[in-house]
Amino acid sequence: MARWKRPPRKRQSSKERRGRVILTAEGLRLPLTLASRGSRVGALLIDLTLAFMTVLLTGVTLVYVARGLGMDHVKQTSPGVRHMFEALQVLWIIALFVVPNAWFLWFELGARGATPGKRLLGIRIAARPARDGSATRLTAEAVIARNLLRNMELFMPALFIGSAISVGADSTLAGWTALVWFGIFALFPFLNRDALRGGDVIAGTWVVEVPRRKLGAAMSLGQSAQGVSQVTGAHYRFSQAELAIYGEYELQVLERVLRDASKSQPKALQDVAQAICTKIGWSSGAGDERAFLEAYYTQLRARLETGMRLGTRKADKHDG
Amino acid sequence: MSTISRWFSKRDDAAIAAAEQASLRSDRFRLEREGDWRRLEAIVARIEAGSVRGISDDDLVALPALYRTLVSSLSVARDTTLDAATLAYLEGLAQRAWFVVYGPEVGFFGWLRRFFGGGWSAAVRSLGADILTTLAIMIAGTVIGWLLVASNSDWFYAFMPAEPGDPRVPGASHAALYGSLFGKTGKTGLSVFAAYLMSHNASVSIMCFALGFAFGLPTILLVIQNTVQLGAILWLYHGQGLTLDVIGWLSVHGTTELFALMLSGACGIHIGRAMAFPGQRTILEAASQAGRRTATVMTGVVLMLIVAGLLEGFARQLIDATAPRLMVGGFMLAWWLFYFFAFGRRGAVR
Repeated sequence: MARWKRPPRKRQSSKERRGRVILTAEGLRLPLTLASRGSRVGALLIDLTLAFMTVLLTGVTLVYVARGLGMDHVKQTSPGVRHMFEALQVLWIIALFVVPNAWFLWFELGARGATPGKRLLGIRIAARPARDGSATRLTAEAVIARNLLRNMELFMPALFIGSAISVGADSTLAGWTALVWFGIFALFPFLNRDALRGGDVIAGTWVVEVPRRKLGAAMSLGQSAQGVSQVTGAHYRFSQAELAIYGEYELQVLERVLRDASKSQPKALQDVAQAICTKIGWSSGAGDERAFLEAYYTQLRARLETGMRLGTRKADKHDG
Repeated sequence: MSTISRWFSKRDDAAIAAAEQASLRSDRFRLEREGDWRRLEAIVARIEAGSVRGISDDDLVALPALYRTLVSSLSVARDTTLDAATLAYLEGLAQRAWFVVYGPEVGFFGWLRRFFGGGWSAAVRSLGADILTTLAIMIAGTVIGWLLVASNSDWFYAFMPAEPGDPRVPGASHAALYGSLFGKTGKTGLSVFAAYLMSHNASVSIMCFALGFAFGLPTILLVIQNTVQLGAILWLYHGQGLTLDVIGWLSVHGTTELFALMLSGACGIHIGRAMAFPGQRTILEAASQAGRRTATVMTGVVLMLIVAGLLEGFARQLIDATAPRLMVGGFMLAWWLFYFFAFGRRGAVR
């Protein structure tokens, strides 16, 4: 009696595991997909590179300006030039402080809620929903809070790891403790379900994917959807028994195949047409798969959607 | 033409004609509303690109209505259509439109106005208990620093790592210490010094805040470390009868800088406290509430440190006597106290 054995859990894909649902004020349940940790690391690296380049560019420009003003030998020049030199130094110190600190802040406060790195990888920040799942607004305070913590999560561990490496095997116990301590913050996103980093915890935010889907063509337009083949002129009519075999899952597989615009489509069309013909006992011809499948798709969808309106649904071919 | 404009005018014949060609009811539903969806998508894309000005007034007025139409379309579509691609498109568009419609409530300048017009003061006041705690820790740190150095002057080097050429070491003569406080008006490079101080102090205070995430303990240590140095310096100058002079020298920028340190410490402790003792809330809720409240204060702290950097870099060197230094420092302290605790009490904006 192996009753205590838990039934095998259905394996979820990474995308499904990252799915969350928020409830908008209109009562709409809106599905979100959390950004993967990989794309977040990627976005961070892009941003750090860009910020570093900005600092570098500022530095090069300042040096260029200083050269242009003839400041190679500051001591010998007039007080006016010396003041200019001082101003350039001030600009440099300010750039060193402002660029890394304001880079993330400035971009995340914009309408896209994303730094250039995040934009490139199709992710953005959003406010975490309240406990009951209702969506909340992203506020400026939240963006500030999440970016103030970056120093501790990123730069401090880097500093400690750097010093640990430079000291080598002689590093003290305190050094190792500090390393572990800061390592926990650096690895925080890997230690929780929603991939929150420390800044996200403090600010009440998370990072989600930005959907970029184009509206596909309507499927039931035109002659072939009516069951009339453009190639052969044949009429495809399926009986209710022939349509009752499949459910919504198969319908969506069929939709994907029909919408697929890649090179493998003709082969896939053949395979699917073959499979359906075998199942419903038709003898399959060759060359007119597309019209056949479009007709089958439209009629199957009509049947399933009618059922849906009447309150009966069929999830897949094993159902009902 | 779209569904919304159709409420007020003739029906859109082209869309209806197209819809009638579709053999599925759910596709007819979609074709009739597609125009609205695409219009919403175009507006949302414009706003995401940051060009609100390029959007016509008609479109901006229509945005909320278009969003609600989309929401209702999506609700209906979920119950009537099995077209997965259309559903995915609608869900994606609804999400993007939600972010636009429920975006930040105020723009940057609106936020600034709220911040200076009482938001900052109110946020500081809401940390009352934590500010008192930090103040107590700072006083304790100063006293500890003084007592330790007084008992054994070797402690001084532990708190203030010796730099070559720095006259401020135990046993320094009255003249040397006096020289470190006065007579620097002719010095150049003040603005560089000020900028350096500003960025250094701002980094320390941001760290003070961020370490609150580790339940506030490192914040407390950081505050103690900084004030122990203060105690040691006070002891050093006290030994040569320069107590009031050093207080004057420190107070020019110190009242602002130490106030900022106190606020950032209070922010860190506030977060640490919220996470350690969340009460009825979950830890995540408590942490995020504390974080948002203290973020306002921290923005102000960075501004205060810019002021402190300017005072330290310029005012302290240019004012070469104790009495006016004390006046500047005292005035700054009075100003901050007034601004935080008396200003904007009545008409507090959130």
